[in-house]
Amino acid sequence: MGIIRTKDLVYEYVRRDEEGNVEGFTTAVDKVSLDVQAGEFIAILGHNGSGKSTLAKHINAILNPTEGTVWVDGMDTSKEEHVWDIRQRAGMVFQNPDNQIIGQVVEEDVGFGPENMGVPTREIWERVEESLKAVGMYEYRKHSPNKLSGGQKQRVSIAGVLAMHPKCIVLDEPTAMLDPKGRGEVVRAVRALNDVEGITVVLITHYMEEIIHADRVFVMDSGKIAMEGTPREIFSQVEKLQELRLDVPQVTLLAHELQKKGIRLPDGILTVEELADALAAGNEMH
Amino acid sequence: MLRDITLGQYYQTESVIHRLDPRVKLGGTLLYIISLFLFRNFLGYGAAAVFLAAVIGLSHVPFKFIVKGMKAIVFLLLITVVFNLFLTPGTELVSVWKLTITVEGLRTAVTMAVRLTMLIIGSSLMTLTTTPNNLTDGMERMMRPLKVFKVPVHEVAMIMSIALRFIPILLEETDKIMKAQIARGADFETGNIVKRAKALVPLLVPLFISAFRRANDLAMAMEARCYRGGEGRTKMKPLVYEKRDRLGYLCIFVYLAVGITVGRLRF
Amino acid sequence: MSIILNHVNYIYGEDGPLAVKALDDVCLQIPDGQFVGIIGHTGSGKSTLVQHMNGLLRAASGHIYFNGEDIYDKDFQMKKLRSKVGLVFQYPEHQLFEIDVFSDVCFGPKNLGLDRREAELRAFDALRKVGMPAELYYQSPFELSGGQKRRAAIAGVLAMSPEVLILDEPTAGLDPKGRDEILRQIKELQVRTNMTILLVSHSMEDVAEYVDRIIVMNKGKVMYDDVPREVFSHYKELEKIGLAAPQVTYILHALKDRGFDVDVNATTTGEAVETVLGALGRKGTYI
Repeated sequence: MGIIRTKDLVYEYVRRDEEGNVEGFTTAVDKVSLDVQAGEFIAILGHNGSGKSTLAKHINAILNPTEGTVWVDGMDTSKEEHVWDIRQRAGMVFQNPDNQIIGQVVEEDVGFGPENMGVPTREIWERVEESLKAVGMYEYRKHSPNKLSGGQKQRVSIAGVLAMHPKCIVLDEPTAMLDPKGRGEVVRAVRALNDVEGITVVLITHYMEEIIHADRVFVMDSGKIAMEGTPREIFSQVEKLQELRLDVPQVTLLAHELQKKGIRLPDGILTVEELADALAAGNEMH
Repeated sequence: MLRDITLGQYYQTESVIHRLDPRVKLGGTLLYIISLFLFRNFLGYGAAAVFLAAVIGLSHVPFKFIVKGMKAIVFLLLITVVFNLFLTPGTELVSVWKLTITVEGLRTAVTMAVRLTMLIIGSSLMTLTTTPNNLTDGMERMMRPLKVFKVPVHEVAMIMSIALRFIPILLEETDKIMKAQIARGADFETGNIVKRAKALVPLLVPLFISAFRRANDLAMAMEARCYRGGEGRTKMKPLVYEKRDRLGYLCIFVYLAVGITVGRLRF
Repeated sequence: MSIILNHVNYIYGEDGPLAVKALDDVCLQIPDGQFVGIIGHTGSGKSTLVQHMNGLLRAASGHIYFNGEDIYDKDFQMKKLRSKVGLVFQYPEHQLFEIDVFSDVCFGPKNLGLDRREAELRAFDALRKVGMPAELYYQSPFELSGGQKRRAAIAGVLAMSPEVLILDEPTAGLDPKGRDEILRQIKELQVRTNMTILLVSHSMEDVAEYVDRIIVMNKGKVMYDDVPREVFSHYKELEKIGLAAPQVTYILHALKDRGFDVDVNATTTGEAVETVLGALGRKGTYI
C-alpha cells in the first residue's frame, strides 16, 4: 500500500443562507481514489474550485471524509488517535506566505513544529539548522519574516515542515501569490526535497510549468479526477486541458498549433529544447 | 502616525542589559516600580535616579531615544501634576483668583511628577532592551504558578506573541485598504466626528474580514504543524539563568535595600 | 498628452538608515488611448510608480502633469485627479465592504458627489463593462468566486468614469482561465472606449498579447520603454534582472541557432506559428 491512499473519498459541505438554515450540500470531492507511492512526486492540477485544495486538506487530517477513507502511511485519518502522527508524517505548506509563519524570527518559526512534537531542545536546533540549509535559507535564520520576499517566506514554511521530519509534504498552491522569481525558488526547493531527501511530494498548482518534473499528474474537475498520467501524456491533450480551464506552456501550445497545420511532431512537447530539436530533426529527414 | 510611538518598542543594540534573562528584567522593573511608591523623602528618589542612570548607561540605548518615547505621555503627566497642585487641601501657599496652591499640593505634585517620570522611563527601558518574543517567554515562565488557579498561561503568551507578529502585517494592510478607498474617492480627513466615523466603515469592514481570514489560515497552519496547546511542548530557546542574571538580581536587591533604608527615613 | 512624468524621484524611509530609492529620475509620457504594460519584479518600483500617477504618493522631487496641469500645484484638485485616473490595487477584492455588489460599486461615484440616479446609472454601466452577470448584482460580494470578486472591484473603480485606468497585477492569484477572461475583458474595454490603460504585471507572457507598449522597471529606474518585440529582443538582459521574455522568444532563438530563418521578434503564439511555418516552407521540406 502506498504512503497516501484514498478510497472513494467524498467530501460534502453544507451551504447555509443568512439565517443559518440549510440550503443544500456541495460536493467538493467526489469519489476520488488514488494511491501515491513513497518517494513519488505527484502534481495535482485544477482550476479554482475544482476540489484540489479540499482533497489536499484530507491528507493532513484537517478535513475528515464525508464518505470513503484516507490512509496516510497506513493510518486511517478519520481515527482520532492517529491525527498527530499523521500531521507529523504528512506536512503541509499553504498558499499565503504571511498566514502560516508563526515565529517572529525565522529560526524560531522553523522550530515551532518540533517544539509542538516535544523534541528535545538540542535536537530542535539540529533540525532547524539542517532544514534551513536544505531550502537555502540558513543565512536568514536571525531575520524577521516580515522583511523577507514571498519566495523566501515560502521556503521558510517548507523548512518548518521539513524540521518535523515528515515522510511526505503536501503543498497547496505554494506559488499562487508569488512573482516568477519566487515561484522558481520554491519549485527548486520542492524538487530538491524530492530528489535529495527522498520525500514524497504532492504539489497542488495551476501553473503548468511547475509540473514538468512530476512523476505523475492528476487533473481535477468538479471534485473528480478528470485526467491522470505522466506530464507528457497530460500535455499531449491540449484541447482537453483547455476545456478544464487550464492552459499549457507556450511551447506545448506552439507545437500543438504546428501539428494542426500538418507539421509532424511528437505529442506532448514540454521544453523549448525538445521543440527546437524535433523541428530540426524533422527538417534533416527530408 | 502609528509608527511614531516608541513606547513599547525594541531598540536593537548589544549590551549587558539586552542579554539579561527577561525574568530578571521583568522582576526588576516590578520591584523598581514598587520601590518608587515606598519612598518618603527625596533621598530615596535620589537612589532610584542613580540606579536608573546606571541601567540606562549599561543599556547603550541613547537617552534621547528614551525621551522621544515619553512625548506621548507628557499630556497625562501634566494633567496629574495640575490636579494635584490645585486640588490638594492644606496650608495655603499662594492664591490667585479661585485657584489655591497649598504646601501639601506642591509636594504631592512634585512627588507624582518625579514618580511617574521614573516609572515610565524604567518600564520603557525594559521593553526597549527586550525583544517582544523574549518578553512573552519571560512572562509565561513567571506566571507559570498561576496555572494552579486554571489561568491559561501558555495560551495567553501564545496570543501575545502572535499579536506581535501580526501587528506590522495588519498595519501594512490598513495602509493598503486606506489607499484603495482613497482611490475610490473616500475621504478620511475632513468633516465632523460623525462624518469621519462613518468614513471608517469602508476601512474597518475589509480590515476585519482580512483579520478573520488570516486568523483562520493561521489556526489551520498551526494545527497542521501539530500545535495542540502547551501540554508536552518543548522549547527551542528555554530560559536558563546565567551568572550575569544572578548578578542582576543581586544589584536589584542592593538597590532596594539601600533605597528603602534611606528613602523611608523621617527627618 | 494625458500623463507626463518629469524627473520624478521617490524615497522610502527618507530619514532612516534604510532609505531606498524607490523611483530614480523617472521620465515618462503616456499619451491618450494607449495600452501600456509596466513590468518589473517585486520591489522594482512599478507599484510605487502607478501610485504617483493618481497622487496617492507624492514625489520627493520632479513634476507630474495631467492633461496639462501640474498635479503638485497648490490649487490643483487631487480628488478630481483620483476620479480621472482610476487605480485598481493588487487583490482589489480586499477593499469590498458593502452588503451587495451593486452598493459597493456605487461607493466611488457617490464619493464624487453625484446624485443617486447618476451614481446608480454609472454603477450599472460599470458592472456591464466588466461582464458581471446581472443575477449577481444584489449578492453579497463576499460570496462570489475569486474571478467575480475581482470584476466587482474593478467595476468599483470604473464607475468613477476614469479617463485612465491603472490595474496593479489584476490577474494575481487567478487560475489560467480566470486570468485570460479578465485580460480579454480589459482589452475589450480599451478597444471600445479608447481608455488609456496601464497594466502592471510581472508576467511578460500575460501582457505581450495585449499591450502596445512595455515599460520595464528595475531598481526604481525605467530600464526599457518600447513596443513589446523590441523589449523582448533584450531577453538576456531581462533574465539578469529576474524577468523572462515569453517562451516563444526562447523557442525562436533556439530555432535560429539551429539554422532556421525565423523572425525572432515574434511575441505571441500566433505570430510564432506564422514565422515557423514560413521558415519551414521556405526550406521547402515540410509541407
